[in-house]
Amino acid sequence: MFLDYLVLGSSDQFINGGDILVTLAVFVILMIALKKVAWGPLMGIMQQREELVASEIESAEKSRQESQQLLEDQRSLLKEARLEAQTIVENAKKQGDLQKEEITSAARAEALRLKESAVRDIETEKEKAIAAIRGEVVSLSVLAASKVLEKQVSEEDNRALIEETIAKAGETL
Amino acid sequence: MQHKNPHEELWGLSYNPGNVLMLVVAAVIVFLIAYISTRNLKLKPTGMQNFMEWVMDFVKGIISSNMDWKTGGKFHILGITLLMFIFVSNILGLPFSVVIYGELWWKSPTADPVVTMTLAVMIIVLSNYYGVKAKGIKGYLGSFAKPMFFLFPLKIIEEFANTLTLGLRLYGNIYAGEILLGLLAGLGTMWGGLGFFAAVIPTMVWQGFSIFIGSIQAFIFVMLTMVYMSHKVSEDH
Repeated sequence: MFLDYLVLGSSDQFINGGDILVTLAVFVILMIALKKVAWGPLMGIMQQREELVASEIESAEKSRQESQQLLEDQRSLLKEARLEAQTIVENAKKQGDLQKEEITSAARAEALRLKESAVRDIETEKEKAIAAIRGEVVSLSVLAASKVLEKQVSEEDNRALIEETIAKAGETL
Repeated sequence: MQHKNPHEELWGLSYNPGNVLMLVVAAVIVFLIAYISTRNLKLKPTGMQNFMEWVMDFVKGIISSNMDWKTGGKFHILGITLLMFIFVSNILGLPFSVVIYGELWWKSPTADPVVTMTLAVMIIVLSNYYGVKAKGIKGYLGSFAKPMFFLFPLKIIEEFANTLTLGLRLYGNIYAGEILLGLLAGLGTMWGGLGFFAAVIPTMVWQGFSIFIGSIQAFIFVMLTMVYMSHKVSEDH
């Protein structure tokens, strides 16, 4: 036919069986080879990355929770410590008050006791002094009287008389 | 611009050594690109690994737009290989073509209908195979009578129409691109070299457009592959 040259890709034979086989073989071999050396490893590494990202996200979430937990713990610990400190201070204050009270009362009692003992001492000293003066006065009186009366009256009578007189004087004193 | 194809016979099979050469060249280029870019894989991707991962995600996107990843995951490798192989094949004929003794040796392998139809038939056969595998013989045959029984002849025709359109669309686009490039190259040698000035700008424009067509056709081929696969494999179509 004179129009044959217009047929696209015309070839002399009906079909190129060899081309079909070669096309198939080349494509299949290429696919298998690439799967082995290129696509397989590449897919593997992409898979690996996916897993890595997932695990990273997971661990980040976990550590976030952990830190949250820690923060919570710290916060409660702080609160506890503050409470404890407050009670300690309060206790100390209370104790201080108590001690102050005690010390004051003890001091007061001591002072009272000292004063009392002093008073007593004074009393006994006074007593003693009075007694001594009294003895002195008696002997002086006796001496004076004996000088006055000479030997008319016995010493015993005199003494009894004088003592009576002094006792009377002491009462009025 | 009509060149003869080289033609030889081996063991009773006739074949075109030009096609064989170009198929092998395309396969080697694809293999080298993939091989070199997947050396030294890292969790933190750099350079070519980024590109390869982008291609993988791209094909994954094509598959995911047609079926869920659980059924479609097994077509991932097929899709990537198809995409890169067809793209490289489409581009191969762009920079130049080599004609020796009137026989065309260097060209895009996808500018030959036998090659593209082989790929198309392979895809359709694979889709039917996976259809049987996914639904069983009964479900597979039953899918031809859906949604109405009288659509059965149309369903049969559809299979062949799909095959033809899938293969011939690719072939037509690439072959037409090469024919026009051949014409422009012919113009460039006319008028004692003056034609070069007339041809250089249209040639550049057409080569750029052909790169675009080549990538679009590779994308369409993979896209339709996944569409046909999902028709056969998924239940809800």
